[in-house]
Amino acid sequence: MASRTVAQLAQDLRAQRTSAAALLDASLARADALAALNAFITVDATGARAAAARADASLQQGRASALCGIPFAHKDIFCTSGIRTTCASRMLGNFVAPYDAAAVERLRDNGAVMLGKTNMDEFAMGSSNENSAFGPVRNPWDAARVPGGSSGGSAAAVAAGIVSFATGTDTGGSIRQPAAFCGITGLKPTYGRVSRWGMIAFASSLDCGGVLARSAEDCAHVLAAMAGHDARDATSVERPCDDYVAALSTTLKGIRVGIAREYLGAGVEAGVAAAVQAALAQLEKLGARLVDITLPNAALAIPAYYVIAPAEASSNLARYDGVRYGQRCAEPKSLEDLYTRSRAEGFGAEVQRRILVGTYALSAGYYDAYYLRAQRARRLIANDFVEAFTQVDLIAGPTTPTTAFRLGEKTGDPLAMYAADVNTVAVNLAGLPAISLPAGFVPTESGVGLPVGLQLIAPAFAEARLLAAAHQFQQATDFHLREPGS
Amino acid sequence: MSIDHATVRHIARLARLAVAEEELPRLAGELGRVLELADQLAVTGADVEPMAHPHEQTLAWRPDLVTETDRADALLALAPETRGGLYLVPKVIE
Repeated sequence: MASRTVAQLAQDLRAQRTSAAALLDASLARADALAALNAFITVDATGARAAAARADASLQQGRASALCGIPFAHKDIFCTSGIRTTCASRMLGNFVAPYDAAAVERLRDNGAVMLGKTNMDEFAMGSSNENSAFGPVRNPWDAARVPGGSSGGSAAAVAAGIVSFATGTDTGGSIRQPAAFCGITGLKPTYGRVSRWGMIAFASSLDCGGVLARSAEDCAHVLAAMAGHDARDATSVERPCDDYVAALSTTLKGIRVGIAREYLGAGVEAGVAAAVQAALAQLEKLGARLVDITLPNAALAIPAYYVIAPAEASSNLARYDGVRYGQRCAEPKSLEDLYTRSRAEGFGAEVQRRILVGTYALSAGYYDAYYLRAQRARRLIANDFVEAFTQVDLIAGPTTPTTAFRLGEKTGDPLAMYAADVNTVAVNLAGLPAISLPAGFVPTESGVGLPVGLQLIAPAFAEARLLAAAHQFQQATDFHLREPGS
Repeated sequence: MSIDHATVRHIARLARLAVAEEELPRLAGELGRVLELADQLAVTGADVEPMAHPHEQTLAWRPDLVTETDRADALLALAPETRGGLYLVPKVIE
């Protein structure tokens, strides 16, 4: 039941074929049965039951939004008053925020029922969910494989049918890459479209809240609830939101879709390339016009990202000092000892690595050679998109060059892990919206196959166009409806 | 890009991260490889204007009104050690 879409469940709730309480029971039972996925850090059954009761009351009074009574989960990076928010770090293992994130307030105000907080890479740094102090998450399609990251728990929980949708954050691909690996739909909105208030900071000029769900239609419903100006986030934009749900019916006729040769190069697995080519042919069949384009500075995205993101992280994570909240070492001998040991105990290996890289890139004598150069590369990458969008309405390509890799396959080599983000990071550097949607499967020995994601990128604030194109594709295909191991 | 142990120690000091001596070789190797990636950025010309942020927006103004409530107790409750409304740390001046 929980594997049905938000749109279906909303109808069932209104027709009284089910209730929020019944949906929640099914979700809790499924979370319990699939505990081995390790998708959740915290399950809040008590809070969820209260929310479901409120939702049922609202539904009976006929004043409920589309999300009312729908079970969902928050990535454990969104602060929740009264329920711990760990960011999958020992540093925040016992941290209970004294306030709710904007995304938490908005979804609660819409009546959605939060089941709990999902597992993730520590401080959202990772592409496999193996950098979690709470252990790795497993991919519902193949338990020997990673779900992607950093929003791996959110992706696994949706793909496994535990919840109908989950929130995520995307700093370099952390919504789109796990959505691709788990065969679901993941939307990263334009930078500034969704408030970052209460979303624990990793790299503030790149961080973006968004949604993982079964379909583009569901993403539209959730974005409608999450998007909008929030004065508490100085980077939140004042521009009005489009009607994302109403726009879904816009057809692909005449839409120009750019195919960037840089995203379909030699590094792309044959099975992924074949599925993406077939998906592009489907878009064409639906009336889109495919146009070859080039993004000449695409190769600079990974190096620029892996300077800028660590630099911002090293600055943001300076707040964890063992004094005001979070991990504190035992018997500190001095203030310096308190800082350095608390931080060394609290942060995992990848987070420490990025803090060190970022500190180096910002340190005296190296700033120009690293940070400033990376910011110049960022401009070139953003300009490539500006140029491309004078010729096309959307850009399409594979979300990731491979399907989900095996647990442990890349943990020994940080650079191999970073390469998993090759098609996603440029979007964050430019601040654009993008979506990953299921585009096919690559067969495996075990039978069911592994999902492939198609990424669509749009100009800033064109989420409605992006969601409509994805919805039109999903009206003509059924990849997004397939379920793992059922 | 090779990073020596003294540099790792210096950076760890700046980042306030305790690093054990036996960790230095591994960290030096890993940091060197990540920074090697950044060497690919050398092709960007000095004439390109650096981009710090996706939106070239100016900071928003807000009315000069008190909006924050006093949440000192809730915030202090999160701290490992407090006394009389203050955060406690080891003595800095003997």
